[in-house]
Amino acid sequence: MIVPPAETSASGQPALAAREIHKRFKIPEERTHTLKERALHPLRRSRHEELYALKDISFAVAPGEFFGIVGRNGSGKSTLLKCLAGIYRADEGKIWCNGRMSTFIELGVGFNPDLAAYENVALNGIMLGLSPREARARFKRVIEFAELEEFQDLKLKNYSSGMHVRLAFSVAIQVDAEILLIDEVLAVGDAAFQQKCFDVFNRMREEGRTIVFVTHDMSAVTRFCHRAMLLERGEMVSIGDPRDVADRYLETAFGRASTYEGDDVSSARMGDGMARVSDIWLGDDRGEHRTVAPQSEPLTLKALVTFNTDVLDPAVSMSLHNEQRLPVVVATTAKDHEQTGSFSGGEQAVFAFSFHNMLAPGRYHPIITITHRGEGLDVIDRYEGGASFVVSGVTASGGMVEIPVQTDVTRYGLLPKGQIETAGGPR
Amino acid sequence: MSTPVISDQLSNATVPTESSGKPIRGPRALDESWSRFWHLSYNIARSEFKLKFFGSALGYLWQVVRPLLLFGVLYIFFVKIFHVNRATGAAARFYGAQLLASIVLFTFFAEATSGAVRSVVDRENLVRKIQFPRLAIPISVVLLALFNLGLNLVVVMIFAVAAGARPMLSWLELPLIILMLSVLATGVAMLLSALFVKFRDISPIWEVLSQILFYSSPVIIPAETVREKLICDTSPPSIASCKTHGTPMKVITDGHINYVYKHAGLDHFLYHLYTLNPLVTVFQQFRHAMINRATLSAGQIMGSWTALIEPLALVSVIFLVGFWYFNRSAPHIAEDL
Repeated sequence: MIVPPAETSASGQPALAAREIHKRFKIPEERTHTLKERALHPLRRSRHEELYALKDISFAVAPGEFFGIVGRNGSGKSTLLKCLAGIYRADEGKIWCNGRMSTFIELGVGFNPDLAAYENVALNGIMLGLSPREARARFKRVIEFAELEEFQDLKLKNYSSGMHVRLAFSVAIQVDAEILLIDEVLAVGDAAFQQKCFDVFNRMREEGRTIVFVTHDMSAVTRFCHRAMLLERGEMVSIGDPRDVADRYLETAFGRASTYEGDDVSSARMGDGMARVSDIWLGDDRGEHRTVAPQSEPLTLKALVTFNTDVLDPAVSMSLHNEQRLPVVVATTAKDHEQTGSFSGGEQAVFAFSFHNMLAPGRYHPIITITHRGEGLDVIDRYEGGASFVVSGVTASGGMVEIPVQTDVTRYGLLPKGQIETAGGPR
Repeated sequence: MSTPVISDQLSNATVPTESSGKPIRGPRALDESWSRFWHLSYNIARSEFKLKFFGSALGYLWQVVRPLLLFGVLYIFFVKIFHVNRATGAAARFYGAQLLASIVLFTFFAEATSGAVRSVVDRENLVRKIQFPRLAIPISVVLLALFNLGLNLVVVMIFAVAAGARPMLSWLELPLIILMLSVLATGVAMLLSALFVKFRDISPIWEVLSQILFYSSPVIIPAETVREKLICDTSPPSIASCKTHGTPMKVITDGHINYVYKHAGLDHFLYHLYTLNPLVTVFQQFRHAMINRATLSAGQIMGSWTALIEPLALVSVIFLVGFWYFNRSAPHIAEDL
């Protein structure tokens, strides 16, 4: 249950606010790193290009709000986070906060492999601004959460990578800060670890902490954030409802990327070339060429095929691959329409594949294969250059698909007493 | 899951025009909290110290053995073979302990400054990812060197006592001597660590400079010898009073008073340059106050106590320039790395 942070923001004071933030980076064309270069060319001012990393960013985060900052690589989102954290100085503008703030840009920053867990955790706490006493007190909580009590005197280099991550993560979340700035790198790791991260995010949100979260994982944005902001080339292009922001992001990010991919892949196509797939897109009555497919809604994938010569009864099959390049959905026209008809050279046709979208949130890549009628091995064209699209949704249970599953509990009565142990009960 | 509800007061467009709360100004050399700065510097130094301690088989012994080895080599070559030490009697007896003392003090200075050169760059990972008072990095290097100095000084005092030094009131000067040296080292450390971010050749330059400083400080060659050679035409026995260019001065003598005036000009200039070096003041005063009172004090080397203003002023200037430059660079260190 989401606690609306309305009460806490009754004072009208934002937890974190930024007004008209500008940040430029100077990128020297030739970096003068040595005095000799300086001495040889004393008059030549080192020329540099100015890169506008952030342009006129203003926003406010309410206390208790989970605020997402999204954007593509190089859009300035990490720079913004670093400005908020006080790691970079904004060239112009003002940032201010109400409450203790803590930043996590990376797990285990400053950990020294030659020191024991205790030393590392204590040092880390002091770096974050705790007094030595607070840092010592925190150590207990950290080591308990990480379940590493037995290994607290072991040097970090002797930790397994799993123990290392557990400790680093535990350090990151055992903070008393009211405002947390979290970069996406926190969400790396395997699925189980990510789930743990998300559990913690949920808990923090319920505790009413203010969290600013940088990511390009749109499912995380729609699942957690109260509000989100989209940055593009240092400018704020959208702010508000996370779903709108996510859709906007996916359009800008993948809409452009897909055309590029199309050009790139088209050269390496297989098949005899009697027909060619010209385009694949997502389209239905809500519009054509969409890049986002909302979960639990009908989805139609269309392929435009141009026939170069006469072809009789071609079979067109679609396979939808997820980010791990695993086929999640495979379908072929040969199942319903073995005789698709005869097409003459120069003709164009659209083959559509419709299904109810039960895919897990994420990015999907369609591959269309045209084959001659028969065993399906006689390939006319295989097209991988289709625009990938993204399934947006709030349900991500961890599986590859989100099939509605009914659960049921039926009481079956008590076992006779003597059988409890043998039945694998409490030992 | 319900749709998140957010207070209307902070809808998307409204950013308060009046800043309220704590402003975030970006990284600085120091922040408001001195205790945080201190805890951080101290704890970084402490963990580095532990690393050295537990890192190798012989552990901390190396820290003591290194200056002792250097001492052994210098002693054999310069004292036994080249007879650099021209003192006789008690002065000669204390030469060994004084040589070791200077080596140990110089080791501190070298560790603090050379260690600081790369310190900020080497901790890039921290600088780019955590907001903390940047000055803690070079300060922790100086602190670490100070811990080492503390241990090494124990060895020095054992040597001194073995040579015949007895506890005396002037031992109370030790904190002042160490303070002056530490302030100097801190100033240089701040300057070098910030400069190195932009100019990577600070590292070899400083290597050469510290070599020069090593030989131009009273480590191997006592200040008395330099003084004799440059401004006093003395006949043995060695130490005599002398007269600086134009102004005669009163100096302790061994009963022989030779007011002999040698050629001024270049030699005088060189001697003045020599005495400007704050390390001369520090090392010489240590030799005088801690080991052998008969050795000339820093004031005597300078000609008068008031002349000590010069090295002291130099130390202050170096410290202030170092702090000013570091403070100025601190906001941009994370970007310039």
